[in-house]
Amino acid sequence: MVKMEHINKYFGSHHVLKDINLNVEFKERVVIMGPSGSGKSTLIRCINFLEKPSSGRIFVNGVELTAKKVSLNKVRQKIGMVFQHFNLYPHKTALENVLLAPILVEKRDKKEAEKSAILLLEKVGLKDAYNKYPSQLSGGQQQRVAIARALNMKPDLLLFDEPTSALDPEMIQEVLDIMIALAKEGMTMVVVTHEMGFAKQAADRIVFMDGGQIMETGTPDQIFNNPTHERTQAFLEKLNKIQV
Amino acid sequence: MFDTGPFALFKWEKLFSDWRIFAEGFATTISVSFLGLLLALVLGLIFGVLATSQFKGAKFINRIYVEFIQNTPLVIQIFFLYNGFPHLGIVLPVFAVGVIGVGVYHGAYIAEVVRAGIQSIHRGQLEAAYSQGFTFWQSMRYIILPQAKVIIFPPLTNQAVSLIKNTSVMAMVAGGDLMYHADSWSSNNLYYGPAYVIVGLLYLSLCLPLARFASYLERKAQMSP
Ligand SMILES: Nc1ncnc2c1ncn2[C@@H]1O[C@H](COP(=O)(O)OP(=O)(O)OP(=O)(O)O)[C@@H](O)[C@H]1O
Ligand SMILES: [Mg+2]
Repeated sequence: MVKMEHINKYFGSHHVLKDINLNVEFKERVVIMGPSGSGKSTLIRCINFLEKPSSGRIFVNGVELTAKKVSLNKVRQKIGMVFQHFNLYPHKTALENVLLAPILVEKRDKKEAEKSAILLLEKVGLKDAYNKYPSQLSGGQQQRVAIARALNMKPDLLLFDEPTSALDPEMIQEVLDIMIALAKEGMTMVVVTHEMGFAKQAADRIVFMDGGQIMETGTPDQIFNNPTHERTQAFLEKLNKIQV
Repeated sequence: MFDTGPFALFKWEKLFSDWRIFAEGFATTISVSFLGLLLALVLGLIFGVLATSQFKGAKFINRIYVEFIQNTPLVIQIFFLYNGFPHLGIVLPVFAVGVIGVGVYHGAYIAEVVRAGIQSIHRGQLEAAYSQGFTFWQSMRYIILPQAKVIIFPPLTNQAVSLIKNTSVMAMVAGGDLMYHADSWSSNNLYYGPAYVIVGLLYLSLCLPLARFASYLERKAQMSP
């Protein structure tokens, strides 16, 4: 589904991603963890080309994004992204947020797109919020609209960049529950998060990053119970202190 | 005291009997302003958006246009269109010189207004749109510009006010506008006083409502979050 080969990314002279090699299989759930500034966001944003890698090759669904002539917009339609700060369109209602791209970008039938938008808003527990504007919704509700917005594109792959870290603690679980449900349905997901509970329940694989490199990858059991790298151990110890 | 002096009564009487001349100039000023504003809006929108794009050379072209226009006097640009263009084989009617002159001039200012408006919208909006497969122009049209509107409108209205006043530069190339008619009428009879008072009031009647509208928009923009 996703194949990253020897990805390097520089911001000026700052080497942010160092020779990243990562594959994500169809229906696989990969969680990326690592300290602040380790390059997690940059990595996940390379997958839909919000960041352009300085070198290396990326394939999504068999299409090489790093090739010269590629229709990025076409590829992006099938890669949903959920942001830390939701990034809902503030001038549109919840329903319009979910509808906009399917109608304008995919040119889908309006009635059909609206039907599926309503179903999706129901699915994320926002039956009564169709006509509310983002500013009238809580953070947790906004993030759930954002997930519905991504889902209405019928994505092959969903990317999450710290989807719960801007939320008040009491709203984190309502968002995680939806993500866990999606994982159970077999959605292919790449998730940057420090929520260990989510990782244990939903992840097939955890990727631990530090200093722009992938330090180690393994199943949640391997990483949480037998981390091999001392940086992973140190990071997890800190995380445990915060989350317990 | 109304029998002599620059504002003597008989001068006013003459002016009101010649009102058609002023009406004609006023009409020309209004049409040039309207068409000039239209041109300025189109140019401003295109160049303002281009300035924020990643297209190769777009920023450079924008800078050339904006810097060149903003850093030379409008009078010289008008002279160039009127006296210079014929040497290139392009003879424009003076009406067109006015429209293109103020349109291109204020287009450069509006481009800056539009650019600043777009840049005030959080980057995450463009990223969200891109992540859904919107193209750059679609993102601008449906996501960014509708949000930037609130920020763009007040300074845009101020530009419209300046544009109307600046159409008076056409008088320097016999533009047939309000200022020109006031000038030529009073240089015949030397009744400058009433002529300039009247045209001043006529410009005021166009600009003041617009300026009030601008400050209303500004207050409204400040109240909304
Ligand atoms: N647009 C940019 N321009 C310059 N430097 C950047 C840019 N984006 C990120 N960086 C730098 O790249 C490094 C990696 O950033 P990145 O956001 O990928 O880290 P992260 O692992 O997501 O961190 P966090 O947990 O804080 O979100 C950081 O040092 C950051 O300052
Ligand atoms: Mg990050």
